[in-house]
Amino acid sequence: MKRFWVAIVAVFGVLLTACGRGSTGSTPEAKTLTVFAAASLTESFTELGKKFETDNPGVTVKFNFGASSDLAQQIVNGGPADLFAAASPATMKTVTDKALGDGTPVDFVTNELQIVTAPGNPKGIKTFADLANPAIKVVVCAPQVPCGAAELAVEKATGVDIKPVSEEPDVKSTLGKVTTGNADAGLVYVTDVLAANKAKPTVDGVSFPEAKQALNKYPIVVIKNAPQADLARKFLELVRSEAGKKVLQAAGFVVT
Amino acid sequence: MSREPAGLDAAIVLRRPEFTLDLAFAVAPGEVLAVLGPNGAGKSTLLGVLSGLLRPDAGHVRLGDRLVTDVAAGVHVPPHERGVGMLAQQGLLFPHLTALANVAFGPRARGVPRTDADAAARRWLIEVDAAELAERKPSELSGGQAQRVALARALAPEPALLLLDEPLASLDVDAAPALRSLLRRVMRGSKQSKVLVTHDALDALVLADRVMVLSGGRIVENGPTREVLTRPRSSFTARIAGLDLIPGTAVDGGLKTADGMLISGRQSEQLADGQSAVAVFPPFAVAVFRQRPDGSPRNVVEVEVAALEPHGDTVRLRAAALPAGPGWVDGLAADVTPAAVADLAIEPGMRMWYAVKATEVAIHPAAR
Amino acid sequence: MNRPAVLARRARDRHQISVGLPTLIWLPAAIGFALIVLPVAGLGLKTDWPRLPELIFSESALDALRLSMITSSISTVLCILFGGPIAVILARSRIGGLRLLRALVLLPLVLPPVVGGLALLFLLGRTGLVGRGIETAFGFTIPFTTAAVVLAQTFVAMPFLVVSLEGALRTAGQRYEAVAATLGASPMHAFRRVTVPLVLPGLASGAVLAFARCIGEFGATIAFAGSLQGTTRTLPLLVYLEREADVDAAVALSLLLVVVAVVVIAVARPRFVEGQT
Repeated sequence: MKRFWVAIVAVFGVLLTACGRGSTGSTPEAKTLTVFAAASLTESFTELGKKFETDNPGVTVKFNFGASSDLAQQIVNGGPADLFAAASPATMKTVTDKALGDGTPVDFVTNELQIVTAPGNPKGIKTFADLANPAIKVVVCAPQVPCGAAELAVEKATGVDIKPVSEEPDVKSTLGKVTTGNADAGLVYVTDVLAANKAKPTVDGVSFPEAKQALNKYPIVVIKNAPQADLARKFLELVRSEAGKKVLQAAGFVVT
Repeated sequence: MSREPAGLDAAIVLRRPEFTLDLAFAVAPGEVLAVLGPNGAGKSTLLGVLSGLLRPDAGHVRLGDRLVTDVAAGVHVPPHERGVGMLAQQGLLFPHLTALANVAFGPRARGVPRTDADAAARRWLIEVDAAELAERKPSELSGGQAQRVALARALAPEPALLLLDEPLASLDVDAAPALRSLLRRVMRGSKQSKVLVTHDALDALVLADRVMVLSGGRIVENGPTREVLTRPRSSFTARIAGLDLIPGTAVDGGLKTADGMLISGRQSEQLADGQSAVAVFPPFAVAVFRQRPDGSPRNVVEVEVAALEPHGDTVRLRAAALPAGPGWVDGLAADVTPAAVADLAIEPGMRMWYAVKATEVAIHPAAR
Repeated sequence: MNRPAVLARRARDRHQISVGLPTLIWLPAAIGFALIVLPVAGLGLKTDWPRLPELIFSESALDALRLSMITSSISTVLCILFGGPIAVILARSRIGGLRLLRALVLLPLVLPPVVGGLALLFLLGRTGLVGRGIETAFGFTIPFTTAAVVLAQTFVAMPFLVVSLEGALRTAGQRYEAVAATLGASPMHAFRRVTVPLVLPGLASGAVLAFARCIGEFGATIAFAGSLQGTTRTLPLLVYLEREADVDAAVALSLLLVVVAVVVIAVARPRFVEGQT
């Protein structure tokens, strides 16, 4: 038994020493810009990244797409991001609270909720209030995630009480329940509906005016002391340019 | 519940990659048949066929008037409907049940109510001198105790045929003699047919009425125990037997042969005077002389040397009876060194004296 | 265990044969141990201890815990009822294709749970092969119900029960069943009175493994059952959700999950998992 604990202590010791040394930065051989961006930005940012590489020879853009909250946690824990585009001010706050933002984040687009239904909208859903019909199986995002928070805000503003069959942990999961036909309707973003129909029409999107009351803001910020802070600022400029706006609008975002 | 005494009649062919079991035999009601043979002779396979756990390729097994296996007619009565009991080498008591519950298992499986089954189990435990072990778990029993309980368990359903698969082989030398005499007592009193598989000639001698010797799946010898073991017709059987046997009746301090000669020896258990018994000693304990030796208390008998066979480092002499001498001398073996053979110039046809110390001779009760 | 029993066991241990272990074994064992224990210990370091009671005794957490315990218990029973016979067939029967059957039964072990959930959805979902029939015949659908959670858990946990029970059956062998048969026990009687009691430790450790797997199940559940407080949102689903908004809550709930798992294993350990009967 004693030997086991000796070995344990040795292993722990090695790990701790390794931790102490772990923070020495790596030296990039060519210029690589690393962008952490919300999953809903995947299509538009990938397109902008290609354009950026063409405009700036010798530069490679690397993306890390994912749930904004995961990305924020990664950045707080030393994730090597130069630029961070979040899907909600709350997740951005995780980063800025630790003073990791270089300046104040700017909201560059908003995303709007849309009702998603099976192709042809077989249940004839026209309004947000229709979703309160108990005969209609509705899936929404959980209030803990941005799309769920937005949905809850619309419910509050309209007084419509929706009884969802499931509160999904992310918007793609919500969409999935509708595309597989197990739910009649879901509340997702306009961008998600567009993306789902990119290859072939798989769902119908139903816009509703109340969505304007709960727009989801996307903030973006350069990370403090980023190795490629200059490139990050340049990419931010591209996102805010006319060309950038066009790409984002094509994906369904409202540019602010 | 109790079954009519039923004899066993079997003719079996079963092909295995290593050998083919091909034999036919019968066991009368109440009779004990010992099956002797080396490992791989097909003894366990035979028991498997009789119990119904294995299906032969051809042949039949008949228990009394019940046909339990008939390959040609497509008859195969499953093991649990045969009424064939089994006592295995390791006992195989169910580890999760007490000794009593183990013994009551058979009657319970046949639908006997619990209280009746327990009462029957207690009777059987008394029968095997294990009444005080009733509440113990198998893990709390010694090898000999476990085997006694296993015997009670095998007997409790009152099977028409009892199979014993090397029941003494895994016991230590202190426990084996006690269980051997218990088996003898219990088997003597029962009416069912019994088949005892063993590799120990002594087991056959003490427990069996008849001996069947198997080799490579075939019967090489089959007859009354003493006849087969004392006068092996093949060197093969002689090797299996490996012991010198002299039949007779028990007397104080030894055994009296049919012709009235006294063989001094130690009795393996308390024997009544006049009880059928056998004197047993190993061939290496036999000393050979040209002249009748005298002096120390020895059993001496004059023989004619019938044959000399190499036997490991020694030479085994086979005796034949003298024209006027006792018949039991036939086949008695003596192991002597090659040097002694040369010194004494032993050759077949010579007259010699065999001598065995009384301390080397064990007197056992004989089956019949 | 009471103190005399512990002392007795220690005394026994001292007298047990010990052949010693190769020294080289200790280092990889320690690394492996660290790999398992350090991250879990890290949870403890990350925990916001003052807020812990509030976080784990919240209504949503208690709902999730209750749902996890109930569904995992039902799923474990289903694993025993359906996986047990599979194990018996794998260990005892001589039908052809057993190897293929075993490989298929073990599929959920290698399949990502989310894929398993999708597969369940495609079969039992509203548009699935069987699900559509169920809806037209009985008028109900399985997804988004507690039944879906149970199905998802049973799907991923069944192989654990089958594997450990089959192992136990093979170790026990058929000798005792043969003895029972010669004593007149029908196959059913022998199964109930001999086989089952003999493999009970293996069955129990398999059930503990299956239960533990059910408690931790996430992927198949989210894909097939969705996530709704009190109905389908089990503890792992709540952890996953909370980590989006409140990492402290997620860590606290993870800690709760760890405690539940440790309790399950600890309660079952002395007699079953170590095979001491």
